Amino acid sequence: MRKCNRCHKQATLHITEILGEDQFEEHHLCEQCAHEYLYESPMGKKSPSPATTDDDEETAELNTRECPHCGLRLIDFRKSTRLGCPHDYEVFAEELNPLLENLHGETRHCGKTPRRLPQARQQQSELARLRRQLQSAVLQEAYEEAARIRDQIRQLEGL
Amino acid sequence: MNLDALTSTTGEWLRGTGPESDIVISTRIRLARNLASFPFTHRATPQQRAEIESLLRDRITRLDLPHPLRYVSVAALAPLDRQLLVERQLISRELANGEGPRGVAFDDREAVSIMVNEEDQLRLQVMRSGLALEQAWHEIDHLDDLLEAKVCYAWHEQYGYLTACPTNVGTGLRASVMLHLPAIGLTRQFEKVLRSLQKINLVVRGLYGEGSRASGDFFQVSNQITLGRSETTVLSELQGVVSKILSYERNARAALMAEKRMELQDRVSRALGALQHATMMTSDETMELLSSVRLGINLGLLDDISMDAVNELFVQTQPSHLQKLVGGPLDGEERNAARARYLRTRLRHTA
Ligand SMILES: [Zn+2]
Ligand SMILES: [Zn+2]
Repeated sequence: MRKCNRCHKQATLHITEILGEDQFEEHHLCEQCAHEYLYESPMGKKSPSPATTDDDEETAELNTRECPHCGLRLIDFRKSTRLGCPHDYEVFAEELNPLLENLHGETRHCGKTPRRLPQARQQQSELARLRRQLQSAVLQEAYEEAARIRDQIRQLEGL
Repeated sequence: MNLDALTSTTGEWLRGTGPESDIVISTRIRLARNLASFPFTHRATPQQRAEIESLLRDRITRLDLPHPLRYVSVAALAPLDRQLLVERQLISRELANGEGPRGVAFDDREAVSIMVNEEDQLRLQVMRSGLALEQAWHEIDHLDDLLEAKVCYAWHEQYGYLTACPTNVGTGLRASVMLHLPAIGLTRQFEKVLRSLQKINLVVRGLYGEGSRASGDFFQVSNQITLGRSETTVLSELQGVVSKILSYERNARAALMAEKRMELQDRVSRALGALQHATMMTSDETMELLSSVRLGINLGLLDDISMDAVNELFVQTQPSHLQKLVGGPLDGEERNAARARYLRTRLRHTA
């Protein structure tokens, strides 16, 4: 069994990166480190992200800004390379766009779209509205109200 | 849930039929999808994860499909059974080793699987024998349509299908082709393959994610880009690269047959001999020998042994299959002895 180059888990991905003519580098990584590797390598090579060029205070502020829906902070994303919820793509759009550009060479989707898009979009905003209501009902300890909203959410999700 | 019955067979994708099956083992396409109204899996509370699982389980089992899916709760499985599903490529290692409510639905052909609460809440997967990107795409596209009619996907006008990791956002599509390239390995032309991969960002990995380059000459080629390129564009780029690799491998095979036929005959016959007679056999060595035998069958250097049987053995000699087939837990030397015993029994009639 081969160990991951970065930690001590079992290496499951063997990535060969081409550096130039007849020159390549092998990486043996576990699933998680490989994920990080794939995500970070284009960033490391191209221009640094805007956050790293700012002074420390601004960086700190940026890193602690959080998504109002799931509470994810940019610093959490930098650590785990996972976003917290679908809203994060908008909340952190400014920071994500250069990353997406580096990863994919594009920042705009091209391809399949959900068939029931208009209906789905409407439903999505309705669901978001109900979830906000639910949250405030819970905060106000209005449990009957909360239960009613939860039923509505379930019904909508179940179509 | 008893999964033991699975061990004696393999999924249809390992039949060894299908287009270009002398080189292409299988084609796999997966789509990553999430629900609009929940946090992504790793950020969901245990209660939300349970809610997501029961919602998706309900929708998935109600899909109207020609081959119905059965749902297995991965959280409720013993570690050995989880490993078994990994070896059959029905679930990822990440799902097997994860925590909390999660599961997988698959059909009796093992051609379709849907993972629930993986890194993304839904990971749809279609497997095909041989090179069948277009066929696999049609099947998964349809499956995705059926599911989308029953749940509300996380979707964004600019970014497409939203995923937990930005490496998958957009189409959420990862298409992989598993290739057997023994002649390229023997003639040391691997850098040719790497060069053809360079332009479109593909990743090379070993079969079953275990072992290294040397182990069995199996490579998986897949796309990395998911944003800004349509599914059909990505698939045709992949098809183009695969065709190129196929021609390198075929040329290398032809050159070996023309110039080193006796050496090659010796190599494949020895490989079969070792598999039929050895008393200890590691997983890596098994892969290497089976790889040679597979090449021998394809070049007509070995008769009396079927491609089906060889393809099956690749899966059945993996640790948890072996453990199920011979009964009782095994480790280290015991496992290598059991593997050799199993190989001897399976290959005995062909001597
Ligand atoms: Zn690692
Ligand atoms: Zn969020």
